[in-house]
Amino acid sequence: MAARSHRPILVALGVLVVLAILAPYSGPFLLRLLMKALVFGILAMSLDLLLGYTGLPSLGQAAYLGMGAYLTAILATRYQIGLGGDFWLVLVLGIVCAALTAALFGLFAMRATGVYFLMITLALGMCVWGLAYRWNALTGGDNGINLPGRPRFGLDLGHDLAFFYVIWGCFVASLGALAVLVHAPFGRSLLGIRESELRMRILGYHTWLHKYLAFVIAGGFGGLAGVLWAHLHGLVSPEDIVLTTSVDALLMVVLGGPGTLVGGGLGAAVVVFLREYLSTKVMWWQYVLGGVYILTILYLPGGLMGIPARLRQRRLQPGQRQEALAVASASIETQPERMGEAP
Amino acid sequence: MTQRGTTASGPLCLAMLVLVWSLWATLGFAAEELRIGFLAPLTGQFAQVGEDMTNGFKMYLEEVGSDFAGARVKFIVEDEQAKPPVGVNKAEKLVLQDKVHLFVGGLLASTGYALAPVSSRHKVLYIASIPASDDLTQRDKEKYPYLIRTGWSSSQPSHPMGQWACEQGYKRIVAIGADYAFGYEVIGGFQKAFEDCGGRIVRKLWPPIGTKDFGPYLPQIKTDVDAVFTLMVGPMTLQFPKQYKAAGLTMPLIGGGTSADEFALPFMGDEAIGYVTPLQYSAALDTPKNAAFVKKYREQFGKVPSYYSESNYTTAQWIHETMKKTGGKWPGAEEFSKVFASITLDTIRGPVRLDEQLNPVQNIYIRKVEKKQLFGYPNDELWNTVIKTYEHVGQYWTYNKAEFLKQPVYSRDFPPCKHCE
Repeated sequence: MAARSHRPILVALGVLVVLAILAPYSGPFLLRLLMKALVFGILAMSLDLLLGYTGLPSLGQAAYLGMGAYLTAILATRYQIGLGGDFWLVLVLGIVCAALTAALFGLFAMRATGVYFLMITLALGMCVWGLAYRWNALTGGDNGINLPGRPRFGLDLGHDLAFFYVIWGCFVASLGALAVLVHAPFGRSLLGIRESELRMRILGYHTWLHKYLAFVIAGGFGGLAGVLWAHLHGLVSPEDIVLTTSVDALLMVVLGGPGTLVGGGLGAAVVVFLREYLSTKVMWWQYVLGGVYILTILYLPGGLMGIPARLRQRRLQPGQRQEALAVASASIETQPERMGEAP
Repeated sequence: MTQRGTTASGPLCLAMLVLVWSLWATLGFAAEELRIGFLAPLTGQFAQVGEDMTNGFKMYLEEVGSDFAGARVKFIVEDEQAKPPVGVNKAEKLVLQDKVHLFVGGLLASTGYALAPVSSRHKVLYIASIPASDDLTQRDKEKYPYLIRTGWSSSQPSHPMGQWACEQGYKRIVAIGADYAFGYEVIGGFQKAFEDCGGRIVRKLWPPIGTKDFGPYLPQIKTDVDAVFTLMVGPMTLQFPKQYKAAGLTMPLIGGGTSADEFALPFMGDEAIGYVTPLQYSAALDTPKNAAFVKKYREQFGKVPSYYSESNYTTAQWIHETMKKTGGKWPGAEEFSKVFASITLDTIRGPVRLDEQLNPVQNIYIRKVEKKQLFGYPNDELWNTVIKTYEHVGQYWTYNKAEFLKQPVYSRDFPPCKHCE
């Protein structure tokens, strides 16, 4: 069982290595798309920790991306910090800043569950957007902030390829860290909370603290995505952190497969490529994206990552099939349904 | 019968063209290609404006058969959705994927601020045909050596408008405008010029962009003022005059150019009559050139051209003129921009040339909305009749450039509201 749950991550690592090898041979535009997919992959994986593992559907993940991005942009334009070797310091600061924001927001958000959690994270996310939009003196209002250029320290990150490897490294590190986290006892207890918070509480777990910590950690990884996004895009705008970005992150996770980590990255890649590439080809790209979402939700409740399991079921005998289906659906069941039957 | 003849000749011509073109290509006379990227919002709430922009550019291309002095124009349109980050993405795509020689467009002022650094980063020419953010060609111009503006800067029409308001004998005015950079710059420019000739802005109101209900703002407009200066964009344009009149307010309405856009006029009622706004273009401009343009555009696209159409038509014309001077060859971005800047163009909006920061010097028309027949169209329609022309207006108006640049860019708090009551 343990081997099987590690397998997607190992496959993903293999794909990532292949990507790293092929990157120098890809066109400049393709490279940019890859970078964008990886950055949003980090954001989606951070959200997956909440949605997939803890059962908390957050609609405010863009706020942490925003904190990381705005911190980077403000430090770079006002204090010239983060444009040399101190880029790594800003990277850490971005993570800390976003995590602290999440720690503050978590105090409010953790009071709610289900739809109310959705609403409150949405509202908190909009607060950050409002700040970015209205605090002209600091954030430049709707003009946003243009970054002076990417950091240089020995190697020039202004070259897309060099920066690609930085982003690639951050993605791999995030994937690794989150994978360790969810397989550790802490991650197991998050799964327990997702399945039945009440039962976990009766078993003596401090469920609030577990959820709160997951929320803060997810915020930190969101901040990391933000720092990278600011330098990748060269522009930080309130438009980056509107509700749509949070919804996008949520859809990426659902599309890829919640509770798989790798799914977030996969979902991000699919969404980024459909949106950025298809939109340059055809005017009706939005319908394609919409169609993909609907089909996934209708036929692949486990997301794209659920496809192998589905295929396995097909090959099984009818008798075993029922059993396998039951197992598969149990692993993706959401918390509220379970809560109902727990008492 | 003639009707049928013309409809059949269209495809026939097209087929001939294709045939000739393919022959041309196979014979190896492949002409120099000029790749132009074009960014306009094609989806979302600004889609109509984006259509006007694209139509203007395309119309010129069709007129010359996409042939710029021997160079064949490859025109690539991308949807920027009126969002700065999307604009950056699409511009990057145009530069990296399509290898365009230059890119044109963008709608919002904020998109202009976002696109200019892309041009510096990739050393690719960017022609801002619509984005009007002042600082692009003022305090920030040094950062953007590959930027040319063919449209206008936000406060450019506002300065003469301030002068005009003084000439009308207006003493006290309330300003109300959309709460974002473009609004600050248009109203700021007006306030400066108006107060410099003795007027007073006695209150400034900033409804958020996209406001549909002006109920909370209308009671704050003092009824003893001489006029109300507005700056509306998008859907706000239609709502404001309606609600203003419904609230029983009767002071004359004046405003920034977008408050009574050609683009909005067909959807406005009699409440808009008398609205006075300044801009570098009016569809009602009484010149043979403009009359021909309006008629042709209307025939082709079914509506009166707005400044969005005119500006992009003119941009295409300007690029063509530049290519004529370079003999149909792409001379590199720096050289192209030099040649471009040296041209004084007789455009539909009047004579235009670029100043040393590559912002147009052009006529500013004070326009009054009137209901009348024009250009032989049978119905009474709303037109922006030109009531006064200020010739050769630059972005610094009559001010000293060095002193002007010392003051900060117009913002919510600048110029300060000294006379606010």
